[in-house]
Amino acid sequence: MSLWSLAGLIRRTGRVAEAAPEAPGPAADPGFEPPAALAGSVQVRHVDAGSCNGCEIEVAAAFGPVYDAERYGARLVASPRHADAVLVTGVVTHNMAEPLRRTVEATPRPRVVLALGDCAADCGVFRGAYGVAGAAADVVDVDMTVPGCPPRPEQIVEALRGVTRR
Amino acid sequence: MVTRDVLTSAVLATVQVVVVVTLTPLLVGVMREVRARAEGRAGGRVLQPWRDLRKLLGKEPLSATGTGRASRLAPIGLMVSSLVLAALLPLVATGNLNMVPDDLFVVVSVLLLGSVALALVGLDAGTAFGGMGSSRHMTIAALLEPTVLLAVYALSIPAGTSALSAIVELRVAEPATVISPVSLLALAALAIVIIAETGRLPVDNPSTHLELTMVHEAMVLESSGRDLGWLELGSWLRLSVLLGLLANLTAPWGIALSFSAAEIVLGVAALVLKVLALGTVIAVIEVFLAKVRLFRVPELLAGSFVLAFLAVTASYLVVAA
Amino acid sequence: MTSTWIWAQVALSGVAAILAVSVPARWRSAVAGSAVALQAAAGVVTGVLVLDGGSGLVELAPGGLPLAPLGSLSLDPDALGALFLLVVSAVALVAAVFGIGYAHGAAASRTGWVAFALFVLGLQLVPQAGDVVSLLLAWEVMALGSTALVLADHRERLEVRGAGLWYAAMTHLSFLLLVSGFGVLAAHAGSVELGAIRADPPTGGLASVAWMLLVAGFLTKAGAVPFHVWLPRAHPEAPSHVSAVMSAAMVKTGVYGVLLVSWRLLPGGPQWWAITLLVIGLASALYGILQASVASDLKRLLAYSTTENVGLIVTSIALAQLFTGSGRPEIGAIAALAAALLVVSHAAFKTVLFLGAGAILHASGERDLDRLGGLGPRMPVTSASFGVGALGAAALPLSVGFVAEWVLLQALIHGEASTDRVLAVLLPAAMGVVALTAGLALLTFVKAFGIGFLARPRSQGAAAAHEVSLSMRVSLVVSAAAVLTLGLAPGSLAGLIAPALPVRAAQSTTLQGLGLPGVDATLDPAALGLVALACAAPVLVVARLLGRRAPRRAVDLGWGCGGARVSPRMQYTATSYAEPLVRVFGHALEPKRDLEVQHYEESQHLIHGIAYTHEVSDIVEDRLYARVLDGLAWVGQRARGLQNGSIHRYLAYSFTALVVVLLAASW
Repeated sequence: MSLWSLAGLIRRTGRVAEAAPEAPGPAADPGFEPPAALAGSVQVRHVDAGSCNGCEIEVAAAFGPVYDAERYGARLVASPRHADAVLVTGVVTHNMAEPLRRTVEATPRPRVVLALGDCAADCGVFRGAYGVAGAAADVVDVDMTVPGCPPRPEQIVEALRGVTRR
Repeated sequence: MVTRDVLTSAVLATVQVVVVVTLTPLLVGVMREVRARAEGRAGGRVLQPWRDLRKLLGKEPLSATGTGRASRLAPIGLMVSSLVLAALLPLVATGNLNMVPDDLFVVVSVLLLGSVALALVGLDAGTAFGGMGSSRHMTIAALLEPTVLLAVYALSIPAGTSALSAIVELRVAEPATVISPVSLLALAALAIVIIAETGRLPVDNPSTHLELTMVHEAMVLESSGRDLGWLELGSWLRLSVLLGLLANLTAPWGIALSFSAAEIVLGVAALVLKVLALGTVIAVIEVFLAKVRLFRVPELLAGSFVLAFLAVTASYLVVAA
Repeated sequence: MTSTWIWAQVALSGVAAILAVSVPARWRSAVAGSAVALQAAAGVVTGVLVLDGGSGLVELAPGGLPLAPLGSLSLDPDALGALFLLVVSAVALVAAVFGIGYAHGAAASRTGWVAFALFVLGLQLVPQAGDVVSLLLAWEVMALGSTALVLADHRERLEVRGAGLWYAAMTHLSFLLLVSGFGVLAAHAGSVELGAIRADPPTGGLASVAWMLLVAGFLTKAGAVPFHVWLPRAHPEAPSHVSAVMSAAMVKTGVYGVLLVSWRLLPGGPQWWAITLLVIGLASALYGILQASVASDLKRLLAYSTTENVGLIVTSIALAQLFTGSGRPEIGAIAALAAALLVVSHAAFKTVLFLGAGAILHASGERDLDRLGGLGPRMPVTSASFGVGALGAAALPLSVGFVAEWVLLQALIHGEASTDRVLAVLLPAAMGVVALTAGLALLTFVKAFGIGFLARPRSQGAAAAHEVSLSMRVSLVVSAAAVLTLGLAPGSLAGLIAPALPVRAAQSTTLQGLGLPGVDATLDPAALGLVALACAAPVLVVARLLGRRAPRRAVDLGWGCGGARVSPRMQYTATSYAEPLVRVFGHALEPKRDLEVQHYEESQHLIHGIAYTHEVSDIVEDRLYARVLDGLAWVGQRARGLQNGSIHRYLAYSFTALVVVLLAASW
């Protein structure tokens, strides 16, 4: 794409982000109080523990230009060392149980673990399958669950806003 | 060059450090905001780097078995080198520290100390990515060095000294120096240097998630919490002081030449405006750039070397002829 | 007074040799090492006295030698010689103390310590020599002592023999060139006294012939390109305290020689002399550091870095000559100061680095960086000292290496070249090369320190390493302290060495910083250090306060993407660290890569193992020396044809020779 056509595209496209919905009140999971230190800024490490890729598409959408989770202070990062939240999607397979445990352990405190989607919450449609070690909560301490198969991007954004409180 | 007493020096240096430290997260926020707007995203992240920083500094750092003192001390080392730069360079005023002249070679070596601290963080992590980032970072720094010093050489010829304050003061007094071909070549070379040294596109992608393409991010991949906070702030400070330097070499007007409240306020305002404007320009340019392959970077650096070389020879041969 | 101290060096060297022979093995290293240290200390005192204005003439053979009319073997150090005497003696002093704890095997034998005492004596006498004969004799004593020491471990390792052969050959090449060069000068002046030669130097073509022979001879000893081939062989194979003396002190005698020729014996030569020197200097600097940056053997890396530093010194000497020749003596004086500072700084940091490499070798049995790592917590004193040395070698503040490089850069940018078109192109090019050298030096020493001391050990030996003995630690700390102290107070250093320079080129600032008169340039490292402290204070306070609220937590291992535990073999090695550079400078380094894949017998698709070898060659050696050696072998083969055993032919040779001699005599 030439320089001018890219510039033109940027000018014609303008803003694609949707207007921000009302700030959520209490966190999506009523039993969970997010750590005060994370107010305003949450770096997220995403772990696919055995997902069908449905949730991944929604996560990508949540951080894309339309839903733009970054405007609320949430950002995906490349290392759990940089992260404040671990976002688990999918059922935890036997092969991913140990890596998931290590990822959470590698995240500095205060940290939050979010189980995203029905599979991470309670194994969903994969319950009882031979390759499954369990739901996310069976392997690590989960602070917050977002239901849905897959959860809508709005729900993901809302869950993250529950942590950043913005 | 103006000389100042110790107290004035201390005041000026403190003002500069405070202004730069306050300004820096804002600069990063503005640059991210510009990019976000170009991508069609919503706004609202100008203050985000501040929030990130506050949170990182409050979090616990992790030390993995096998990492040593270097991972703990190097982040502080990077911070100190960046703060020294902020105190030393003529950003708000010229000739801040009369005991320590802002000699360009000293400035470059203080900058390099920071680079070394970063490289040691990468190596001390003991992971493949840390070493990889460190190796790439040092390779780029090594290949940059000729351009840096030749640009310094070219800038120092008209002033007859490598002291930055004298160079900037000459530019204020004789604006024609700024737009001379020699100066333009040197500034272009210096701009490429700053982009490469601070890990901006097209040399490094500051927002990449792909470990194999990382340079800066790969080095700090193992740092966490407070350590990471210092590393991020230290690297951002390098960006803002270098942009401030480039701005004052290109458009030196507004910089405080004498020690008075009005001049200093004007100097601060001019610095903030110039740095934010320059940051915006760089962010806009970055929207149109992709990261080049690592082994194409030397070609870019060779190009900037040629610019700097031409600047020096031209200032001898053209002026003499 | 001064002459007493000169005699003391010679006498103590004899005492050291006698002690080394007579004391039983158990105490030999301690006693002989201390004696050599005293001998070196006498040299330090002499150097300081002469630099302070003293003078002393010693005649080793008053009234001449009995058999040959070669003069009285006088020692008469001038200020320039005193500077080098001071440098070599200080290095020898530290190295001798290190040797007390370090020397083992053949280096701790009678021969080993006698050779060391003689080696140091030779080093001390070269810069003090007052006539050509004593200089050349001292040169040979130095060569003899060092060759014996290079060969110390020849029983254990085969490579030592090759290294010894290369070293002996190159040392003799150097000697032959010097004998011929001094022969030309002495024949012209009719005397072997250096004073007499200075009073009546040759001119024109004769001067150029003498200059070329002498400079080539001295540069061979200094290890400049293309005469550097012995360094990366001899330095790694010699015992480490000897490598330290060879690298930090012995190559300096070569530099002393170049200065003796260009400042004292043949001053003010034509411009092409200086340009030749400049090209050699820049080529050495760049080639040396390029090879060092890709080397993974720590001592080989340090040896190539010596070539780099000699290159920078030669560059400064050449610049001094160029500027003085083009009517800018004050800038020439700055370049000369740069040369002297580079000599001192290289001696200081290279001593630490070689001794540090020795300590590592002693503690872990390894000198290959690819097999080191994790030494920081295991050897805290060594690692801190080596870190300071690396800071000096990378020319970073606040080390003395930084000061020296800063003066060189100041000389370069102030070398007003508008009037001279050759300079207008040469100076920026020189700046580019010096800068690239500095950049690569930075990478080299980040690599050496970071791979060697940080992260986790890459071999059993490194994992089992321990801190070294007291004498070794003391010498490491003393030499590291020298790197920092001289770097913090360059004003005092410049004041001390000022008499050795043709023109005084520096003044001290209040905090013992350095001001260069004639140009607007001052450097005050102590003040810079204070500013850094002032900047560090708030950061440390904040870090401390935050540390109370969120203390550091230890975790199991580095982040390995959640997979299996990260093993030390996954870390970057020195070879992988330099890989991007090897690619960028592929044409100059000509790396040889070999990938060997072994399959299982059953199928071509099942891989049993993969072997990857990677080697960087020295193109000067491959291209230049290999051809010269082939040529020599060819000549040798041909010459065998002359001797066929026929008595008639031999009679014919004698007859022809007689006729030629008669013809020559009657001419």
